[in-house]
Amino acid sequence: MSVILIVEQVLNGLQFGVMLFLMAAGLTLIFGVMGLINLAHGSLYMIGAFAAAATAEVTGSFLLALAAALAAAAAAGAIIEVTVIRRLYAAPHLNQVLATFALILILSEGTRWVFGSFPLFLDIPDILSGTVTLPGGIQYSLYRLILIATGFAIAIGLWVLIERTRLGIQIRAGENDREMIAVLGVDISSLYTLVFALGAALAGLAGALVGAIQSVQVGMGEPVLILAFVVIVIGGIGSIRGALVGALLVGLTDTLGGVFLPEIFKVFMEPGAAQRSGSALAAMGIYVLMGGVLVWRPTGLFGVRRCI
Amino acid sequence: MSEPVLQTSGLTKRFGALLATDAVSIDLRAGEIHAIIGPNGAGKSTLIEQICGGVRPDAGRVLLMKKDISALGRHARARAGLGRTFQISALAMEDSVLENVVLGAIGAGAGPWHFWRSALASETLTDRARSALSRVGLMDRHDRICATLSHGQRRMLEVAVALTLLPRVFVMDEPMAGLGADGSKLMTAFLDDLRHEAPILLVEHDMDAVFTLADRISVMVHGKVIATGTSAEIRMNRLVREAYLGDLA
Amino acid sequence: MHLNETALNGAILLGLLSLPLYALIVDEPYTITLMTRVVILALAAVGLNIILGVGGLVSFGHAIFFGIGGYAMGILAYHAQTFTILDFGLFITDGTRLMPVIWLVAMAVSATAAFLIGILSLRTSGVYFIMITLAFGQMFYYFAISWPEYGGEDGLSIYVRNTFPGLNTLAPIQFFAICLVLLCLALYIMARLRRSPFGLALNAARQSGIRVETVGIDPVRLRLLAFVLSGTVTGLAGALYADLNRFVSPVMFSWQFSGELIVLIVIGGVGRLMGPVVGACVFVALEHLLGGLTEFWLIILGLILLGIVLFDRGGIIGFLTGRAGAHV
Repeated sequence: MSVILIVEQVLNGLQFGVMLFLMAAGLTLIFGVMGLINLAHGSLYMIGAFAAAATAEVTGSFLLALAAALAAAAAAGAIIEVTVIRRLYAAPHLNQVLATFALILILSEGTRWVFGSFPLFLDIPDILSGTVTLPGGIQYSLYRLILIATGFAIAIGLWVLIERTRLGIQIRAGENDREMIAVLGVDISSLYTLVFALGAALAGLAGALVGAIQSVQVGMGEPVLILAFVVIVIGGIGSIRGALVGALLVGLTDTLGGVFLPEIFKVFMEPGAAQRSGSALAAMGIYVLMGGVLVWRPTGLFGVRRCI
Repeated sequence: MSEPVLQTSGLTKRFGALLATDAVSIDLRAGEIHAIIGPNGAGKSTLIEQICGGVRPDAGRVLLMKKDISALGRHARARAGLGRTFQISALAMEDSVLENVVLGAIGAGAGPWHFWRSALASETLTDRARSALSRVGLMDRHDRICATLSHGQRRMLEVAVALTLLPRVFVMDEPMAGLGADGSKLMTAFLDDLRHEAPILLVEHDMDAVFTLADRISVMVHGKVIATGTSAEIRMNRLVREAYLGDLA
Repeated sequence: MHLNETALNGAILLGLLSLPLYALIVDEPYTITLMTRVVILALAAVGLNIILGVGGLVSFGHAIFFGIGGYAMGILAYHAQTFTILDFGLFITDGTRLMPVIWLVAMAVSATAAFLIGILSLRTSGVYFIMITLAFGQMFYYFAISWPEYGGEDGLSIYVRNTFPGLNTLAPIQFFAICLVLLCLALYIMARLRRSPFGLALNAARQSGIRVETVGIDPVRLRLLAFVLSGTVTGLAGALYADLNRFVSPVMFSWQFSGELIVLIVIGGVGRLMGPVVGACVFVALEHLLGGLTEFWLIILGLILLGIVLFDRGGIIGFLTGRAGAHV
């Protein structure tokens, strides 16, 4: 097992992690501000990917494709917020779960209706394909490096947005005290639509960026959505910082576990059995991580502890 | 003077910069009503929560009949003998009045680990429940859904549930709140008798009721007990007058 | 005019019994199979209804127990049909094709899994519980996929339906009867359970956790036991479902199935005794009718669901009996 392999897999884990962060950040923001659990967040990821793939197909431009992903996901987010989601803020969790589950059905089948059941492909633009040589002579995909950089840039951007801008003040006020921001004269329903559209845009961007290294197909969003839930349980609901830390932990655990667990098992097992047991166990790695966090800190690493 | 039934020693709880309770030591003796009064935000509710197990104190202990119950959760303290009523009714609103009281009988009796017999068909449970209901005058409403009760009736139902527990101590958080003049009078008369069954730790804003009922009164200000004494003593206490009346005293 | 709920319940059961009998007479075995599917889905949802309807906790991971039940059947029958040995370290068996044994194993393993998942997930509540159960469901799904001994992603086929002493399980109507008896048994137990001290306390804990704590009952233990019972019943349904299809695959663990189970309950009426049965009938009917009409029938289902949620009337039973609340 070489250093190169380790570095490569750590980078892969980081890349996976920051993409999960884009999903988890939106989910946790929406939960923190509006108290809503949104199962349809994975559909927004899918919409972003499809919008990007379709735009790239027509225009051939990757940048336009990304812009389309952002715009389509944000627009879809705003539309479902205004038509459905805003009736659910005060509703019990069961209603939120059902209505957003219904949205998954509608959006997934709607997408299948428009684009068909076959996967689309979004190509990495030529300038971004290929590899770069890292210090130590390690060859690594340029595109994946850019994903990592983009993810961290967005994390910093979100931090600035929430800590340093007027909108951020309103968002934080909304998390703490809903009546207060209404008193302060903030138009609360536009704020909610805006936050929802922002979360949707992040999901759509993630879908488009990941769509270039995986296939774009109906149902691609939900596995990522559930991983983002694991991220939030680990990081703590409502915490952007928790979402980042949780996302990186999940990304690294999943990627490194999948590669190294079988290797470790080979030390004391015959290779075939080691490969099988190793990958089966690696498939459970992040959930074991989640279980451990639940035992240690039930409200997540950065979650708020309720006193009563 | 009799032994204290309930005793707190040095209960301290800090929420960030706010010292909600500051080394609060009070006791409650057999047969008495001990009222805790104080302005809003004085820490009365936090004190009650620490006694009943909802808030874990940073320091201090709670003793019930000389047994340290500080490490127990809410339900274990209830089983140990704390009978509590809430400031805001915490009832099962969709259930009937009788079901709410039967729940108390279940908790105080054999517990909920019975899966086959109907709870409402069990005479052990319903007898206990009905006798509690008739004591608070809610027997004629036993089949009403709790949500349809008036505010005062819900208060009485809270007390009835606590009665089914046959507690060693009652801890009551503002039982008079929101009752009309007649309701307060009824509740006052009821509590007056109840103290002989088990002593009552009473947090209350209704000063008429407090000064009529309480054998002793403790005054809390900014998380501290600044005075404890009989109603006459408290009326005359300089610190209390300052706290309530400011510089006028 | 609003219907009496007890009369309605009787009518539903009568319908459940008479339609397959009619199908038997006119010789339409497919209808019997469809009705068997209804009964098994209803049984799975009866299980979920304990924790969701009475306990008020939205478990989005009940496919776990359905899948465990399915694989319990699949694994035991697979070893029996291949004459191989199943060695779990603690015990060694050559599998079985006897339904009662399979059911017991399915229920025992489901109960154990529910206990472990419950201990972890009930440390939290609300949306955490939803997300955690969803995540554990995904864990089982991926585990089943990456477990090649029993078919991995392709699943396991069982060639002949398992046996029940004295009955010919290959005859659709006889297998239907087995499933219906089990459903009625589960409904009877559920009806007793809801009125028992345990049911009353669990129902109260849904409305106010502090209330049950104040009378000396630990709500976490109530919910844990409810979750275990709930998983056990759904696990039994999983074993029957696998026997109906003579096939198990990771799809039984999928999050979509967990979602569909919740949908069944909500269509029928949350917390109602017969809610799952009505929900299963409507769901399978919609799937069958709309599915024949358009391949995008899930869009229509989604719209119906949205309608139900946004104009909440307590499901179909609540609508028919004119009582929105799920009061027992």
